[in-house]
Amino acid sequence: MTSPHIRQPASVQRVMTTVLVALLPGIAAYVWQFGAGILVNLVIATVSALAAEALVLRLRKRPLWVTLSDGSAIVTAWLVALILPSIAPWWLTVAGVLVAIIGAKHLYGGIGQNPFNPAMAAYCAMIVAYPALMSQWPSVDGVDFATQLHLILGGSRGIDGITGATALDTMRTGLHNLGNVQDILTSNTFGYAGGRGWEWIAAGYVVGGVFLLARRIIPWSLPLGFIVGMGVMASVSYLIAPESFPSPLFHFASGGTMLAAFFIVTDPVTCASSPLGKFIFALGVGIITWVIRAFGVYPDGIAFAVLLMNICVPFINRATPLAPAGQRKDRP
Amino acid sequence: MNLKIFTPRGGVHPDSHKTESSETPIRHVPMPPRLIIPLIQGSQGSARTIVTVGDKVLKGQCIGEAEGADGTSIHAPTSGTVTEIGRYPMAHPSGLSSQSIVIEPDGENHWITYEPLDPTTANRDELILRIQASGIVGMGGAVFPSHLKARSKINTLVINGAECEPWMTGDDRLMRERAANIVSGAAVLAHLTGAQQTLIGIEDNKPEAIAATRTAVDDMEPVARECLGTGKMTVIVVPTRYPTGERKQLIHVLTGIEIPPSDRVTKFGIQCFNVATAHAVCRALLHGEPMVSRIVTVTGNVKRPGNYETPLGMPIADLLAFCGVKPNTTHVLMGGPMMGFTLPNLDAPVTKGCNCLIAASKELFPPPPSEQPCIRCGECVDACPVNLQPFELYWASRAKNFDGAKYHRLFDCMECGCCAYVCPAHIPLVDYFRYASSEIRARDEEQKAADQARMRFEFRSSRLEREKAEKSARLAARATETRTKSAADAALIAAAAERVNEQAQIEPSLQDNAAPLYDQQT
Ligand code: SF4
Ligand code: SF4
Repeated sequence: MTSPHIRQPASVQRVMTTVLVALLPGIAAYVWQFGAGILVNLVIATVSALAAEALVLRLRKRPLWVTLSDGSAIVTAWLVALILPSIAPWWLTVAGVLVAIIGAKHLYGGIGQNPFNPAMAAYCAMIVAYPALMSQWPSVDGVDFATQLHLILGGSRGIDGITGATALDTMRTGLHNLGNVQDILTSNTFGYAGGRGWEWIAAGYVVGGVFLLARRIIPWSLPLGFIVGMGVMASVSYLIAPESFPSPLFHFASGGTMLAAFFIVTDPVTCASSPLGKFIFALGVGIITWVIRAFGVYPDGIAFAVLLMNICVPFINRATPLAPAGQRKDRP
Repeated sequence: MNLKIFTPRGGVHPDSHKTESSETPIRHVPMPPRLIIPLIQGSQGSARTIVTVGDKVLKGQCIGEAEGADGTSIHAPTSGTVTEIGRYPMAHPSGLSSQSIVIEPDGENHWITYEPLDPTTANRDELILRIQASGIVGMGGAVFPSHLKARSKINTLVINGAECEPWMTGDDRLMRERAANIVSGAAVLAHLTGAQQTLIGIEDNKPEAIAATRTAVDDMEPVARECLGTGKMTVIVVPTRYPTGERKQLIHVLTGIEIPPSDRVTKFGIQCFNVATAHAVCRALLHGEPMVSRIVTVTGNVKRPGNYETPLGMPIADLLAFCGVKPNTTHVLMGGPMMGFTLPNLDAPVTKGCNCLIAASKELFPPPPSEQPCIRCGECVDACPVNLQPFELYWASRAKNFDGAKYHRLFDCMECGCCAYVCPAHIPLVDYFRYASSEIRARDEEQKAADQARMRFEFRSSRLEREKAEKSARLAARATETRTKSAADAALIAAAAERVNEQAQIEPSLQDNAAPLYDQQT
């Protein structure tokens, strides 16, 4: 036996469980605001992720139990379920999970070796393939669980009143029709800061994120970089032209901003290595997200921004090596 | 009254397990039936036997003389008879053996006549020679010859009482019980190195040791005070953290100077000795006792854990038996659990570097959980005291990308084990690093050998070429020589012939003799 002969009681399982626990406040807010449909999709995602993982491990002749029980597939599954519309048909969720687990993770060699964030890859694949389904979100007023279940299990679509556009969508369409930000914000899609209902979910994610920061599961550099990147762009544009650009607060409280800040850009596998590198990575995601939101054609730019920055990670790593001991600036 | 201290990055806080062995005073062990003293005690400093089988020796008598300037002497740990000189296994992870002197104790434990040396009057060279002749080496485990370190001229002397490895308490007990000797030894070392400032760093989990050492500094012996002169000696309490006891880490904590892994500490005007080494220096100079024993922490799965003043050369198995090693012991660690190694052979003797023996059982040291894939969580980066990215080193080593491992500064790694300790995927990271560095070393060796072979080959071919060139030059020279000679001869002959002809006209019979003369010359 070789040194060290002792180990800290830590495990991948524990890390992943903590992440799952941290997602609970956001999920609770989701159920409270939009009904229990999301829970159904979470279950569908979890089951299909575990099945896909088991299948691939079997095919790759890897030990099943160690990897299945580490919880990483469940984290991916939950993230996929949370970024897809909660009333998406079951097969859309399954397809998203398959893209994430098989396409984005295992085709690159499994956990730890994938360059692209699996959940974001799934989102991009789905929005390109099924743009219509991906833009149907539950509205706060239509929280009838039976109807949601009906939609998830493949019932006919297009029922008005239950589906609604997101805050970002409404804002985009409004601005496109030459509206003014302040007028658009009076629509009942919006709440206090962002999309009505969504603000609470965002708050839930913040609670979970702070928990992860406190448990030192995620470093502060990532959420900070992301929020700074998006915040600076949004603030500057808002100060220059408040009628055409919504405030930073609106950006923070809408779409997947908070989920991304604490659970997506923080994926350790696909972000940069050093603290500075991580900050630069997240800053880039924040900036690109804002650019896509302001000028792009997709409702939310986070997924594309993350994938773009994933491509940059090797360069960021090259450019931000850790200083050798004895050569740091903190020397007197 | 504490000086400002600094906090290096990284490090870990494993369960200390100190109280198991720290609460009983240092005890003596009975003399075993035989002692095996290797001539080489560490990687540096060897000795040459100066006794033969059958010789009677006294305790403290030199039995192995320091070999060369770097060598350190070894001494009989008790009085008795030399019964054998041969190869015996050493306490080393590879289980390699070394030339050793075997002594059968006579039970008298007779000391040689002590010859103390007064450091205030003896000259510096004499003192340093005495340190060498007393066989003093770094007792923290590094076993580096102390006289080589005492030779350096520095400003700051650091005395290491941090003892950060879990389970180990030998230095703690030593400070509690023999602080005066440590302080005197430190003063002598300060005197030798010219250090104006002596900092004794002790971790805050050893309050009794701190108190005892502080008292000893305040009531320093007169000779120590004289040695110190205008210099200052301070006890500094440092936070408990592994690996603060590593000397560059401790220097960082105490002085704020972060010494790059590739630099020597003396470059920064600092030298560092362990408290046990300072103690040994004091015994050797002020009392005339060479190094014949050391304090070994025996702990873990034993009935009587504690610290034992053990004669050098005592077989580890005997020491463990005396401490009541329990039957369900699976293996024995030498050194601490973070950096120590599993002893391949318990017959190996206690040597000068043997600071701690831990009997391990399944309960105390459960086998690590199975290795999982790295999730790049960065825990290892946060834990690394020298600011490496262990997971990058791991990916590179695993892929046998040794240039990548070098790029990520594999050779800055001190194998402290912090990264592997925290890794949630339970990856034995240090094993990967050891593997990569040994591969790189082997590759470099091969490269060197190949380079040498190539050089030899090139040298040989160039020599052959040169020889060939010289030969042809010689041949050419000879040819021209011959040619000119022949030409000269021809001229001579012609002249002669002419003369002959001339003579022939007078004496024709002589012409016949000319031809054989010409033949002989060619
Ligand atoms: S601690 Fe282990 S799992 Fe985490 S990055 Fe380091 S090597 Fe990978
Ligand atoms: S073993 Fe090496 S890489 Fe790991 S923490 Fe220690 S110095 Fe850093």
